Amino acid sequence: MLEIRHVSKAYEGKPLLSGISFVVAEGETICLLGASGSGKSTLLRIIAGLEAPDAGLVAFNGLDLASTPPHLRDFGLVFQDYALFPHLNVKENVGFGLKMRRVGETEISDRVASTLELVNLKGFENRDVNDLSGGEQQRVALARALAIRPRLLMFDEPLGALDRTLREDLLNELRAILHRTGIPAVYVTHDQEEAFAIADRILILREGSIVRDGSPAEVSADPRSAFVAEFLGLGNVIEAKSVGKNKFRSRNGDFTVNCGHKHSKGETVHLLARPHEAKKESNTISGIVSDVIFQQEIYKVTLDNGMYVYLHNAPAPGKKVSVRVKVECLE
Amino acid sequence: MQTGRQVNTEPNRRVNRLPGSKILPASRIALWLLPLGFLAIAFFFPLSRILTLTFSSDVLAPDVLRAVQEPLLFTFYQALLSTLLTLLLGIPSAFLFARFDFRGKTLLRALTAVPFMLPTVVVASSFNSIFGARGLVSFLFPLTSIQLSPLILILFAHIFYNTTIVIRIVGASLANLDPKLEQTARSLGADPLRAWWNVTFPLLRPSILAASLLVFLFDFTSFGVILLLGGSQYSTLETEIYFQVVRQFNLPLAALLAVIQLFCTLLFSIVYSRYASRLTQSAPRSASSSKPKTFKQKFFVASLCFMLSGFFILPLSSLPLRSFFRIEADRGQRSEVQYGFTTDYYEELFVNRRNSVFYVPPFQAIFNSLAIASSTVVLSLIFGFPAAFALAHPSRLDKLLDPLIMLPLGSSAVMLGLGFIITYGKWLASPLMVPFAHTLVALPFVIRALQPAIASIPQRLRQAASSLGASPVEVWKNIDLPILRRAALAAATFAFTISLGEFGATLLISRPEYPTIPVAIERFLSQPGGLNYGQAMAMATILMALTTISVLLIEKFRLPNSRGF
Repeated sequence: MLEIRHVSKAYEGKPLLSGISFVVAEGETICLLGASGSGKSTLLRIIAGLEAPDAGLVAFNGLDLASTPPHLRDFGLVFQDYALFPHLNVKENVGFGLKMRRVGETEISDRVASTLELVNLKGFENRDVNDLSGGEQQRVALARALAIRPRLLMFDEPLGALDRTLREDLLNELRAILHRTGIPAVYVTHDQEEAFAIADRILILREGSIVRDGSPAEVSADPRSAFVAEFLGLGNVIEAKSVGKNKFRSRNGDFTVNCGHKHSKGETVHLLARPHEAKKESNTISGIVSDVIFQQEIYKVTLDNGMYVYLHNAPAPGKKVSVRVKVECLE
Repeated sequence: MQTGRQVNTEPNRRVNRLPGSKILPASRIALWLLPLGFLAIAFFFPLSRILTLTFSSDVLAPDVLRAVQEPLLFTFYQALLSTLLTLLLGIPSAFLFARFDFRGKTLLRALTAVPFMLPTVVVASSFNSIFGARGLVSFLFPLTSIQLSPLILILFAHIFYNTTIVIRIVGASLANLDPKLEQTARSLGADPLRAWWNVTFPLLRPSILAASLLVFLFDFTSFGVILLLGGSQYSTLETEIYFQVVRQFNLPLAALLAVIQLFCTLLFSIVYSRYASRLTQSAPRSASSSKPKTFKQKFFVASLCFMLSGFFILPLSSLPLRSFFRIEADRGQRSEVQYGFTTDYYEELFVNRRNSVFYVPPFQAIFNSLAIASSTVVLSLIFGFPAAFALAHPSRLDKLLDPLIMLPLGSSAVMLGLGFIITYGKWLASPLMVPFAHTLVALPFVIRALQPAIASIPQRLRQAASSLGASPVEVWKNIDLPILRRAALAAATFAFTISLGEFGATLLISRPEYPTIPVAIERFLSQPGGLNYGQAMAMATILMALTTISVLLIEKFRLPNSRGF
């Protein structure tokens, strides 16, 4: 299917993407997750053919796409701000790609109708796109990309402009549509919740490089680097020094962790202390409670040393707590 | 956050409205007395005289219709052709400036805007200095005898003038266009051409139409360019009015032509403002210009830059060049052709020759122009300030009066001159007539320059000053005056520049012994002989220099946020 190999791109002398490689398998949804400026939107435009990479290869089904212009790639593209054609109505927007492919009028009407039904906009054909709500506009944009029956769908922060509940609804619909149609998709976002919800596989981008690649479960179980653990908000990342076999000392206390490999004495390591209480663990994090936030049946308790834990019972601020948690070794 | 912001803005808006409602109706009327009185005397009364004169004559006589038909058709013909050619250069240029970054972009853009500020006589003289019978091209290639048709010269001058309009209007709308729309179209299977045709072009259409209408309007009412470059062959409504007044002295026919002209311009203006009001709907997006990347893009940028700089630099530089460059045989030495550097044309301006076209040394025209321009500044500020004050925070009545004030803009200069002749023929000898006519032309610009400055002074500033202990007089002195001084200077320079370059009305009403610079240039050009031609070039160069200085001053004084034509 889609194969990206060693793609690099610099912008005004600064490297934006450096040596990106990954593969999107049939029916797979991959999610490029990264902060703004990490080069993820540029990567999408390179895949779409709207920009050329400085180096590297974009191939589909084993065929190098370097000489294929964007309009011959059959890749659907959905933007955050929808990019609906304001001078065309809903039907003309959705049918645009079919018209470009010189599909007959009656077939365009049929396919527009069925695509609109797929995105829950049955009967919206003659509406003015400027009168639609944000969610409806995004559905039209999705329908427009789906109508051409693309070989690949690409989403550039598609839900970023919508409010929270609408985002969740649309995310579920989108996932259902992607599964039903089986179209492989590349989904770009900076929101990890969105990424976890929709992706079969997550690629985390940092300064133009992929720093972690795996399924949502794999990535959250083993973030590997301090950056990923922090970016995904998996827990407390603690900088510690090795003081003996599996022994580490930090500002926030001493920990015993089996890292699976030896550390020389005095070496700095990063540890991840998961925030959920785990009574069987030997490590504890402790401190004076400075803030307690109620988060649906659980309390997020922030300590004076900056760490946090989730507890089922709210302690009083000012009280000293000590909680057993799981501590893992990061790179 | 959301509600907090709303709470904040609401009182501000109310405060800003206050000064408008504060001024009592009686004092509002007093504000309008002076400007409206002036307009009634200088514009509306003469206009009514033109209308009566038109309908008193036998409008439908066959010979009258014939006399009207030819200039009317040619006016449309040349304006249409000019507009199309201007679009042909302007739309690619708008693309160039909106989509690409390249070295010298700001400079090139400024260069294309220069002609818009120049008086018509200067532009006409510039093109004459290249392509005219005594121009540089016929000197450089004497054997090929390249003699461009006057029509082509007219078209060139009109393109030269108005390309900047297309660049500005279409360029603004291109910059507002979301590049993602085109990218989406491409990803949906549209090749570059179809993406342009199905998406970009339809979205640009309103701005292209608005720009075309404005360009057409300017070409339709063009006077100096047609008169000075068209020769006797070509006559538009505008020049025909002039010919009917000065050559045939057929005032009724001139009046009829003026009424037709006015009707057409008003019609186009209304259609234009309809389109223009639709343009500013979408919020501006981030600019999407980038360096040219592909070979095609580089070729486009390079060739268009080359063409534009050539087209705009050539006339602007050949005029001063020609004014210092002797080509023809000197007086009395007809057999011997000399050429080379000379300051004769400038020196000759100080000489009062008996057989010359003036009764005074030609240099006197420069003093006349400066004196008239200064009077125009004073008059237009006197009439413009009260109107601008009323319009800065307009009541409903003021909003009704606003288009009335702007009406002289829509009528041509020649028509204003004709109105003066018909109405105040007896007093044409008065030295105040020309400044009054110039004030009429300058007033809308002066008001438009002052109005935003007055409106821009937030009431909060005055309140803050008085809370800090400033008395009302001190508030006016320390807040209003320093802010308005810049705008007043800009408005004054506007009036000065307009007066310096005003041609149509002046040509009709100025007295022979009091020529202004543009009138002097016209007279030099209409006389035979290389010396007269050279003096025209010298005069035009001086006028170009004076105008350039004024325009630079306006740019310096202008508020950064005020814009438009």
